[in-house]
This record gives sequence, C-alpha cells and structure tokens, in this order.
Amino acid sequence: MSEPPADEHPLTDASRKAAERRIRNRALTIGISVTPFGLSFGAVSVEAHLSVVQVCLLSLVLFSGASQFALVSIIGAGGSYFSAVGTALLLGVRNGLYAARINALLRPSGWRRFVMAEVTIDESTAMALSEAPSGNAARAFWSTALSVYVLWNVSTVIGALVGNALGSPATTGLDVAGPAAFVALLAPRLTTLRMRMVALASGLIALVTVPVVPVGAPILIGGLTAVALLLVFDR
Amino acid sequence: MKLWLAVLIASASCAALKLAGFVVPARLLESAVARRILEALPVTLLSALISVSVFATGNHLMLDSRAAGLAVALILVAIRAPFLVVVVAACATAAGVHAL
Repeated sequence: MSEPPADEHPLTDASRKAAERRIRNRALTIGISVTPFGLSFGAVSVEAHLSVVQVCLLSLVLFSGASQFALVSIIGAGGSYFSAVGTALLLGVRNGLYAARINALLRPSGWRRFVMAEVTIDESTAMALSEAPSGNAARAFWSTALSVYVLWNVSTVIGALVGNALGSPATTGLDVAGPAAFVALLAPRLTTLRMRMVALASGLIALVTVPVVPVGAPILIGGLTAVALLLVFDR
Repeated sequence: MKLWLAVLIASASCAALKLAGFVVPARLLESAVARRILEALPVTLLSALISVSVFATGNHLMLDSRAAGLAVALILVAIRAPFLVVVVAACATAAGVHAL
C-alpha cells in the first residue's frame, strides 16, 4: 500500500480510530460473554473434587472451555482419567486447525508463536478472521485473546470459590450446569440436517454403550463412531 | 496424585495441539477428509457428553431431575436466551424437580 496523500490524513485517522474502538468494544463484549461459562466451569470443577489450584491451572494453561468442561465432567461422573483426558484432547484438536489459519494470516515468528498458540481459541480466531478484510486481524486477535484470557481466568476462580460453598450437585441442580453449557456450545454448530443427525447418532450410541463399557468411555465411543459413520455415508 | 497427572497431561497436550497448528504444514489440515472430521468431532463429542451426563449414572441409564433441566436448556437455547439464563434456569429446574 502506498502512503495516502497528506490531505486524506484526518479521514484515515478517524476511520482508524473508529476501527480501534469497534474492535475494543467487541473484544470486551466477547470477554464478558465467556464469564458465565467460566463461573459454571469453576463450580462444576470443585464439585468434581478438583482443588482451586488445579482449576486455575486448567484455565491458565489448557485454556479451552469445551475441553476443560469435558475433562471435569467426566472426572466428576467417576469416569477414567483416560476417557477424560482423551475427550478433552479430541475437543482441543480444532484449536490446532484454528492455529494453522491464524499462522497463515498473521505469520508470527519466534516467541510470539508460543504466546499466540496459547490464546488461539474459538473467539480470538473468529475475531481475527472477521477483521482480516479491514486489515486489523492482528489487533482483533490480540484484543480478543487478552480480554477472554483475563475474564475467563477471573471468572473461573470466582466459580471455584463459590462452588466450594455450595451443597451437593443434585440439590443445587449443578449436575446439569455442564450439560446446559454443552447445549449452548453445540447449538451454533448444528447448522445442517447432516450435523443434527450426526449429533443425534453420537448421543444414542453413547447411551447404548453406557451399561457395557467403563464410565467415561461412551463419550469417546459415541463421538468417534458417529464421525466414522459420517465419513462412510459421505463417500 | 492421579488427578494431578490428568490435569497436567490434559493441559500440556491441549496447549501442544494449539502450537502444532503453527508448525504443521497447513495443507495437511486442509484436506477434505481432515476438515470434515475436525468439523464433526466437537459436535459428536459434545452431544455424547450431554446424553451421558444427563441420562446415565455410572453404568446405569437413568431418567431423573437432570432430564427436566436438559429440556429447559434445549428450549431456552432454541429461543436464543443468554448463556447465563440457560445455565441458571436449567440448574434451578433440576434442583426443583429433585426436591419434589
């Protein structure tokens, strides 16, 4: 891009400021929108007998809502650690795909890659991609990443401390906090009839295997079998 | 101890997956089959997670207060209620039905 003529500076300056303001506001809104999820994650985690330190570590290092929630839900239900970690990992695979897109878009180098990788999640990726045409992808990525990272961690700690003070999951209804959160996460992905069928198949397969396989395993079995079925039917 | 190990392994490997995207050649992830798997995987896992955490306790299938909570969550998500409303209403419903 060539330098704009001098008399256009006020205009570009104003539009740049407007873009910065728009990105700041959207990043903050997205950050605030993850806090209820963080609160419920913290509360559900301590019900699953994780310590507050362990809950914080997950939010600081793992930093991916669906994976974190899946991990503690399966542990809380008495599932094996293998099923819990396996499910969390498979849910985290999509972040690797996001990372490849962010890498192609922003081309970070050196230590920046490590920081960028850590905060490459649904929200930061979506914001970076949506601001790519305006040339503000990097600003959008970092603003959203910072906002979500800080608010996610703060809300997680609060949720864990509050959860410690609450009663048993069944009497408080906290045993459906996880499923309710998953429904909210799942709904935007059920855009096609195909995806709805696959989701339904996965849920049914998982339930059918509940009485015959170790606790926690039905989730992996249902999830992977349904994906396999999708690939077979698509051929 | 084992719980600590699970927390550490899950944290490290999920962080590594993110980093992998910056290192692995993009075309490997962009193949049609890989894309279809990556798109479907969160959907199937979340769905299985929902059905098992609502309709199972250990190795037994069960229909209890959690089903009522799920029904409320489904309705509220369908009418695009905010996240906090969905979770709180689902929990309140399940707690209410449990108390009956």
